[in-house]
Amino acid sequence: MALLEMAKLSVDFPTSRGTLKAVDGVGFSVEEGDILGIVGESGSGKSVAMLALMGLVAYPGIVTADRLVFGGRNLLTLSARERRRIAGKDVAMIFQEPMTSLNPCFTIGYQIMETLRVHEGGTRRARRERAIALLEQVGIPAPAGRLAAFPHQLSGGMNQRVMIAIAIACNPRLLIADEPTTALDVTIQAQILELLMSLQRERGMALILITHDMGVVAETAERVIVMYAGQIVEEAPAKDLFAAPRHPYTAALLAALPERSRGERRLPTISGLVPGLGDRPSGCLFNPRCAYADARCRSEEPLLEVSAGHSVRCHYPLCEAPQGSSP
Amino acid sequence: MSAVPSTARREVGEVPVVAADGLTKVYKVRRGVFAPPAELHAVDGVSFRLAAGRTLAVVGESGCGKSTLARMVTLIERPTAGSLKLVGHEVSQAKGAALAPLRRHVQIVFQDPYGSLNPRRKVGAILEEPLVINTKMPKGARRAAARAMMARVGLRPEHYERYPHMFSGGQRQRIAIARALMLHPKIVVLDEPVSALDVSIQAQVLNLLMDLQEEFDLAYLFISHGLSVVRHIADEVMVMYLGRTVEQGPKHAIFTAPRHPYTRALLAATPFVDPRLRAERVTLRGELPSPLDPPSGCAFHTRCPYADARCQAERPALRSLAGGLVACHHAEAVLGDEAPRQ
Repeated sequence: MALLEMAKLSVDFPTSRGTLKAVDGVGFSVEEGDILGIVGESGSGKSVAMLALMGLVAYPGIVTADRLVFGGRNLLTLSARERRRIAGKDVAMIFQEPMTSLNPCFTIGYQIMETLRVHEGGTRRARRERAIALLEQVGIPAPAGRLAAFPHQLSGGMNQRVMIAIAIACNPRLLIADEPTTALDVTIQAQILELLMSLQRERGMALILITHDMGVVAETAERVIVMYAGQIVEEAPAKDLFAAPRHPYTAALLAALPERSRGERRLPTISGLVPGLGDRPSGCLFNPRCAYADARCRSEEPLLEVSAGHSVRCHYPLCEAPQGSSP
Repeated sequence: MSAVPSTARREVGEVPVVAADGLTKVYKVRRGVFAPPAELHAVDGVSFRLAAGRTLAVVGESGCGKSTLARMVTLIERPTAGSLKLVGHEVSQAKGAALAPLRRHVQIVFQDPYGSLNPRRKVGAILEEPLVINTKMPKGARRAAARAMMARVGLRPEHYERYPHMFSGGQRQRIAIARALMLHPKIVVLDEPVSALDVSIQAQVLNLLMDLQEEFDLAYLFISHGLSVVRHIADEVMVMYLGRTVEQGPKHAIFTAPRHPYTRALLAATPFVDPRLRAERVTLRGELPSPLDPPSGCAFHTRCPYADARCQAERPALRSLAGGLVACHHAEAVLGDEAPRQ
């Protein structure tokens, strides 16, 4: 039985100009110990989908789903109180900006121990010892002395380690990392990714890594979901996806990477923009930007075709040949 | 200090539009009421040449001095020591009025297109402002120049009357680029111009930058903390660590045969989609030391896998090796080791 099962998750925001579909029928499942990467550009709904899973979508957002089961419990029917007991304990989340997601008014020791107090209780001394052990585990030197430090006294990389310590404090079964390294330097990014991977291996926890950096996903995830305008457009094992993308959007994204250019000076680009609130096209959401779009794409919405571990939402998926250049 | 040998597309011996020699910027940092101010060497003895139509990429992590270098070249900061020549004029000790005619030759594009455009002014006014300040162009001509530049960078004519908040990140960066080019500068400093943008938009902006470089024969000083973009756009690369150049040379040499362990670690830390580009992870231990209290000897020795007693005691000088410059006692050993990437 899968650790997390999600089917047809949608998040709508009613606005004065109509409903904004931030997430549109997203469904996937995560097994214990999986590493799932979710990639997409800004506005593709990847973060909002995860916030919905955590129960963190604020008013006026409306979350609907056919199925949202975590560890055998149906999150849709749980009371808010029971749900809070799961969020932060069995499912934990790390956010992009360590500097803004830690509370500047409290010491990092207090913030780690707060999680422990809420979810596990125990004596003050036991919590303190556990906090020191956690800081040590995430590679913070002289952990006992750091408990009294405030977030502004630490670097971005160190703060992200503190965030990870808080996230893993209650031994979560699923850790969601939302752009965990975007704000960090490359050498620190490598350290943090390595830390996440080693924690994932040691604890056998599942990891969902949300990022817009194709390189990060390619180097860490086993399975990758590509999102576009709130929908999943492709899902495949990382190796297959990067070697032979089947959705034109994935192929175009990969072709636009500077590392893929083989000597040519100009990079292939995707014309146009991600559709916004008012200009959601009919048919396939990618059709105005797609090189292969025809009349059928403009009228008929493609479904996510599931086949042998490689799902794609396209009427005319690309064939197996690796895409060297933009379609 | 010598100029970097370049794989120039153009004639050798041409006068560079930027020539820096031993460029240094020291900030005095107050530590308390009674403590003497500490000296922070943000940039320490950096030298380079940049010719028209070429791109020099400055690479390094936060705190390595790349932004201070950019600010000196754009005449925002005055160097503490060293020489800086822009289009043949020495600017390091010049002040005020003497600099005014030179300022129009250097322009900058900032990283964050959300913070670098005035939200209260329309695009047209933003683009015309450099002309108002620096030229005596009449209103009609300014308007025509702004519209022409907008067309050139891929903005539509109706955008002239719009405010920055009505644009996406990529379009705002186009506005910022258009503003930088209004005075037809010779040098454009690009301070991480695409790192805030999505991949597909990033490619559009990089293409635009390269087209504009060709059209206007611009010299680019491209500041970046990541290597994958640099690999695409740069002609020459300078890698900085704690205010000093650790390696400098043609792009090809830096990417195929890095001679400094730091360059090698940066390359290894950069995530690539293509498995053939990936190197053995050489994760650097620790973080960047405080620039207020840099390590003795080679500043990189605290994190370097090659470090020995000599590195702790003696600072390596920048020396020529295999077609580039490198500041490392063990550069030969680094070069001799298995090449990390193709």
